[in-house]
Amino acid sequence: MSAQITPPLPIPLLSVKDIHKTYGGRIGCTDVSFDLYPGEVMGIVGESGSGKSTLLNCLAGHIPTDSGRVLFDTRDRGLIDTLTMSEPERRMLARTDWAFVHQHARDGLRMSVSAGGNVGERLMAVGARHYGDIRAQAVDWLGRVEIDEDRMDDRPTAFSGGMQQRLQIARNLVTGPRLVFMDEPTGGLDVSVQARLLDLLRGLVREMGLSAIIVTHDLAVVRLLADRLMVMKSGHVVETGLTDQVLDDPQHAYTQLLVSSVLQV
Amino acid sequence: MIHLENVSKSFTLHNQGAAVIPVMAGATFDVAPGECVALIGNSGAGKSTLMRMIYGNYLSQSGRIMVGDVDVATAEPREIIALRRATLGYVSQFLRVVPRVPTVEVVAEPLLSVGTPKEVAFARARDLLARLNIPETLWSLSPTTFSGGEQQRVNIARGFAHTYPAMLLDEPTASLDATNRETVLTLIEEAKARGVAIIGIFHDAPARARVADREIDVSDFTPAKEV
Repeated sequence: MSAQITPPLPIPLLSVKDIHKTYGGRIGCTDVSFDLYPGEVMGIVGESGSGKSTLLNCLAGHIPTDSGRVLFDTRDRGLIDTLTMSEPERRMLARTDWAFVHQHARDGLRMSVSAGGNVGERLMAVGARHYGDIRAQAVDWLGRVEIDEDRMDDRPTAFSGGMQQRLQIARNLVTGPRLVFMDEPTGGLDVSVQARLLDLLRGLVREMGLSAIIVTHDLAVVRLLADRLMVMKSGHVVETGLTDQVLDDPQHAYTQLLVSSVLQV
Repeated sequence: MIHLENVSKSFTLHNQGAAVIPVMAGATFDVAPGECVALIGNSGAGKSTLMRMIYGNYLSQSGRIMVGDVDVATAEPREIIALRRATLGYVSQFLRVVPRVPTVEVVAEPLLSVGTPKEVAFARARDLLARLNIPETLWSLSPTTFSGGEQQRVNIARGFAHTYPAMLLDEPTASLDATNRETVLTLIEEAKARGVAIIGIFHDAPARARVADREIDVSDFTPAKEV
């Protein structure tokens, strides 16, 4: 007896359903639903106050959500709602399969610990104990984000903004996460550093098969990094689609305004 | 390989009083494997628009755009991404790349993204760059600082790196000198011989006559004016 072979239905890595979040009577974000598949990079754009960072923080479990579900395809138990999962479970997830890159590197780094220690700490949090191995992996990752080995024992306070941001990325990716949340990862960096970081992120996404959700107001950044785009305004999703389609043939009035407001270089 | 059926397109300009501008209606045609079809029509007739619709860059209002077994007009973003990665190539008139990435990597990238081993992908990239007369000293530099003609050739090399079953070529021979123009036309002929279905826009009439099997006048798809 040979069973009929049917192609497996793709399972989303992250399935977000009806996220709703208010601050008092004010809408933070509402009615947000989407699926993110393995290897996909989704950009969330919109002006300040549009709810994009609120949404990202809801998804990552940093702030409580009023209603909705955030299902994540865990390695051992399949799709699980991360909003109702126990705190230890969620913390474990945040240390292993998830990563969060903050806009301000100092929010994601331990400023009083050396660069190598920042990277090694996350490894130790998932059980690595062999000093030599941890140090070797830290060196490898600092190299990947283009930080010289001889800066390994310096504290991040001695680093430039761009270096701090790269260190934050190394710290986040060293445990091989499957999903990375990024909040304005290139915000506040000068353009040459931005380009370097974009190149780095793109390479890492391709090599590691990462999925990522990137919040930014910089349309050039999403054009280069994101496969898909979600446009938000006043807490609502007004348009979604393929990145270049949304940018080149925007359908919603707000997206048209956003795209036409970009200064040409 | 490519099949269009009753495809229409309009632009709604919300910032200009929601004016609706119909630009295309009833576009219907097929392109077989190994065939090259040239889109013709005056400037503004919608050649590039139609090409962008086939690539999924512009949305279609109605109709079907089948590339292989994917209907681009209704497909999900990830289906279009997969289609673009493996099946449908597009050589636009502009090179858009991440700054700082070396030229050879820019060209190899489409191959790397379908899982071609690094050595093979880079060898193919170097071969194409050499054929298109990009000096070897430039290969390790980012193409962002190159001249217009050089960028166009890098763009073509990138477009031809992976063997897509279907390709869209927007003015592939524009701004090229005779030698490079010849190389590009040879690349197109080789692709046809391999069974690639091609849709092209060629303002260069002799080039069109040489590679195109058929012409389609896009102005036939201009929507009837309302009276």
